[in-house]
Amino acid sequence: MEEVKNILLCGVGGQGTILASKILANALVDAGFDVKMSEIHGMSQRGGSVFTQVRYGKKVYSPIIGQGSADILVSFEAMEALRYVSNLAKDGHIVVNDYRIQTATTASGKEGYSENIMETLKKKANTYVLDAAAIATKVGTAKSMNVVLLGALAKLMKLEDLNWDAAIAACVKPQFIDINREAFKAGMNAVS
Amino acid sequence: MKQLLTGNEAVARGAWEAGVLYASGYPGTPSTEILENLIKYSGVYSEWAPNEKVALESVIGASFAGARSLAAMKHVGLNVAADPLFTLSYTGVNGGLVIISADDPGLHSSQDEQDNRHYARSARVAMLEPSDSQEAKDFMKTAFALSEKYDMPILYRMTTRVCHSKSIVDISEGRTEMPLIPYEKKDKFNPIPEISKKLHSKVERNIKALEEYSNSTELNYIEWGSKKTGIIAAGAAFQYAKEVFGDNASYLKLGFTYPLPMEKIKGFAKEVDELIVVEELDPVMEIEIKAAGIKCTGKNKIPREGELNPDILREALLSTKHQTIDVSDIQTAKRPPVLCAGCPHRGFFQELGKLKDIITVSDIGCYGLAPKDIAICMGGGFSVAHGAQKVFSLSESSKRCVGIMGDSTFFHSGMTSMLEAVYNNSSVLLVVLDNRITGMTGHQQNPGSGFNLKEEPTNLTNIEEVAKALGVKHIRVINPLDLKEVHETLQWGLSFTDPALIITRYPCALKKYSTADKSEFGVLQSICRVDAEKCIGCKACVKTGCPSILFDSTTKKASIDTTQCTGCTVCAQVCPKNAIIKEER
Repeated sequence: MEEVKNILLCGVGGQGTILASKILANALVDAGFDVKMSEIHGMSQRGGSVFTQVRYGKKVYSPIIGQGSADILVSFEAMEALRYVSNLAKDGHIVVNDYRIQTATTASGKEGYSENIMETLKKKANTYVLDAAAIATKVGTAKSMNVVLLGALAKLMKLEDLNWDAAIAACVKPQFIDINREAFKAGMNAVS
Repeated sequence: MKQLLTGNEAVARGAWEAGVLYASGYPGTPSTEILENLIKYSGVYSEWAPNEKVALESVIGASFAGARSLAAMKHVGLNVAADPLFTLSYTGVNGGLVIISADDPGLHSSQDEQDNRHYARSARVAMLEPSDSQEAKDFMKTAFALSEKYDMPILYRMTTRVCHSKSIVDISEGRTEMPLIPYEKKDKFNPIPEISKKLHSKVERNIKALEEYSNSTELNYIEWGSKKTGIIAAGAAFQYAKEVFGDNASYLKLGFTYPLPMEKIKGFAKEVDELIVVEELDPVMEIEIKAAGIKCTGKNKIPREGELNPDILREALLSTKHQTIDVSDIQTAKRPPVLCAGCPHRGFFQELGKLKDIITVSDIGCYGLAPKDIAICMGGGFSVAHGAQKVFSLSESSKRCVGIMGDSTFFHSGMTSMLEAVYNNSSVLLVVLDNRITGMTGHQQNPGSGFNLKEEPTNLTNIEEVAKALGVKHIRVINPLDLKEVHETLQWGLSFTDPALIITRYPCALKKYSTADKSEFGVLQSICRVDAEKCIGCKACVKTGCPSILFDSTTKKASIDTTQCTGCTVCAQVCPKNAIIKEER
């Protein structure tokens, strides 16, 4: 693959974006891609907005992407998808978890939480809305909702043939391997 | 074997491969994971020091004793360590000595975005700048070898994007054990003026010799592409330039960045039509290149403030932009970082916020997320508050200053800050928020936690005993989650005309409790629940800022997210209707 592909994962600190991106990067490296990934640590862990950028291809230079260049935006939280939509390429996909987390300012009533999020997103780009918590609960535990979203991402980026079983096994505790593999499959099926 | 590593993981690996024996530092984003990774390798002694100055000093001792030694810190940490650095430049080293400075362009987690490339120039020491994880690992070996060859500490500058980005690293090489270089008593280790004069000459000779090295080393290489544009870049900026220009430019990529390879730069400049210096933050290279009589484009187009990225370069240098989705109609609420659910700091700030005529002088740590009026630097909480209090008192203002810092910050540089307030006697109220760990950077041990970097038990330093020894006469230790106790203690603390100290002691809500913690604080096994019948929708609980409290604007009722709630009961204590009940989890 000559072309570099760009993936943006976003959400709220503590939602498991890091684990999902770890599994993703693992599978991509295993498939022989050059991979660069960028996260911001530190203050963003305290319930702030978080985002991880994953780039892969034959040769990748910058670890970060800019506006209008993500092939896919996977948002673990509804409003965060709106926040980062400007990073998406015009023909990019959005996978958004139908899950809302209030912010300090919305919880205290200083400002409102965005409305009509899914409608807005659908107007902007090719959007897949997933109730990842419900899908994850169906296959075992709501905790694996991050891996459900990863499954959807893999499908839309045509990465189904990567060795996901091995990547999952390398990144989660042995007792959670099977449940996460199931969650991954359920995520793939959710966007097919 | 290849692995995807962060720059911090890679640099730790590189130091281990280079045979480093001794490492010290103080946690600070984005440098923290360097020592956290180095401790995982056998054959290396690594420690958290109370601050960056003593970390570097201990590393100097280790180097003089013959070991390859490493100090790691964030950019502002090097300010703290600057005193030993400037003399170390004169003394030189015995075992190789490398100092990592992790700068934070864009202030992802810092109070300023100072450019530590200036330190190489002012302290007269060589500088290396890796641009990805592979280089972060590989350059380490060169750095140690150069340090020993040129009798000089090496500054190793990384930035947030290099530290925290992951890229592929070949880790097939193992460790080269470096035998100790025998310690011998030498004049250079004792820089009295007469000796220092000679040492200064040595420094200038070595810098001269390193200019030649800089021109010949493969760390500074040319990649020819179109000769219409020639780009000089180092670190992450090089990757952004490659991203934007690809083969449409030629590159002089610098890995060894001080002293600059001026001959190589002159040669490169001659070959290209337009020379552009692409650097983040200050025009450090640009100024020197221009001073050498070479024409170049730089900060007249590329911003001096903030972190660079491909978009910024594209717009600044090519005047083009990626097509983007129109987002002008999109509005999102801010999502700032907040104190965690169950954070013990919340109780303290809940009560402090009620007091009138108070100036809150805080410093660097999680508690900086709480409301404050002033913050400058690590350990500044007490001394800045002391100075302000003196002026208010002298001008007969009724304003009272409360200086606040965390446990790790107290040990870092708060002890001298406390002594300033005691020695010069102001009516400042001192507060140490002791959450039994270094919180903000992700739970590093400190002198008050009873454990070292290796998580082994070690000597424990008690904050109130230190304060007593420093001369504080009024000291109380309280539970910050007991609002009544906090309120009364604040009144007590503000009743004195000399410094009083309140220590709020309760473990960080995210901390893994030690055996001692468990016996002292018990284990939180409860949650809080809102009785919807009693809730009047007054939002008193919401105003505590706890992220586990939700408010339904239709039903006008509060509720609690039990997955986040730790049962700290601050919300229950502020509820005027006793509508919040504590229950077993």
